[in-house]
Amino acid sequence: MPLVFAGVVSHGPGITGRYERADKELREALYENFYRLGAELKEARPDVLIVVAAEHFANFFMDNMPAYAMGMAEYYEGPIEDEQWLGIKRRKIPGNAQLSGLIVEKLLQRFDLAYSQEWQFDHGIMVPLNFLTPDYDVPIIPVNINCQGPPLTPLARAYDFGRELGRICAALPERIAIVGTGGISHWPATPDSGKINESWDREFLEHWLSNDRAALTAYSDEETYLAAGQGGFEIRTFIAVSGATEGCTGELYFYAPIPIFAVGCTVARVKLTL
Amino acid sequence: MSLYYVQKLLYQLNRDPHTRSRYETDIDSLLTDYDLDEEESAAIRRPDIGLLYVMGVNGQLLMHYAALHGFEWDEYIGAMRAALKEHGSVRAGLYGSVDSESKF
Ligand SMILES: [Fe+2]
Repeated sequence: MPLVFAGVVSHGPGITGRYERADKELREALYENFYRLGAELKEARPDVLIVVAAEHFANFFMDNMPAYAMGMAEYYEGPIEDEQWLGIKRRKIPGNAQLSGLIVEKLLQRFDLAYSQEWQFDHGIMVPLNFLTPDYDVPIIPVNINCQGPPLTPLARAYDFGRELGRICAALPERIAIVGTGGISHWPATPDSGKINESWDREFLEHWLSNDRAALTAYSDEETYLAAGQGGFEIRTFIAVSGATEGCTGELYFYAPIPIFAVGCTVARVKLTL
Repeated sequence: MSLYYVQKLLYQLNRDPHTRSRYETDIDSLLTDYDLDEEESAAIRRPDIGLLYVMGVNGQLLMHYAALHGFEWDEYIGAMRAALKEHGSVRAGLYGSVDSESKF
């Protein structure tokens, strides 16, 4: 059946690890919207949640870097980071190996993606799950798009990957939800940490909310790096969700630059009309 | 200059308890597994977080190495900023690519 839920969220480690240093009102408004999206996800009664993430050299490194990878394990573990540093306790997270395997097989008809039967989630997945499925009761199928070590997959390819994924899900009987997690502009873990290009973010979000494929995929990586930092490369995860929900517009629940979280914190949902 | 291997060491240190225990008990033998020059080995041993940043180590790896050595967040950011003043701009890797020809 068509996707039962789709959205995007930010994921910086500071969101949980340095929460006490953020402006209290902003932080609470962000958390509230995270939980709101989580409640709506629950209402959609998903059998499985696909998380399109951009991990940060936790499992995927430059010795053998796939442009796209999908988890295919019975369970995952995370966070890989120090529990206290991230503010999230380590645990097992259920997967769905059988369904993953089926989706990988179908994706391979058009995309040479990698699969992984062992995957330690980093903050890129753990921070969203901490809010969206805090009981860790929804099986996860993780997807990684390399947004860390260039050369990176072209943006149009990320859109098309999402579109293919959406099509495949629609033909399956399971109730499948999808959440993308990434940038928008940010300079994570660098001396410029905390810098956020709000006008760039808002323009990108306009394209995302209207699911404007041409505008979403028109950025060059060089442009993005200069205007939006390395973290800007993670727009690929948002764009993949746009591909998976082509023809649908979105609703912005929350956007605010929160410098100590090192990102323009975003929570948005796709209004599915698939 | 072997930025790749500096980063590979930090990557494995972040994810692999066995590498971490070798790091704690026998760093000499651990470092011989990686193709590092003298400046790189010294920066890792000290550790000189700021210099590692200037060498081009990705922050997604470096922030965990700093945390492993007890750096608070502001100390970590401060170490990189101080090193930029001392050593000049980032020499290689993604962050070093801004002024040079496109690496994209
Ligand atoms: Fe990220």
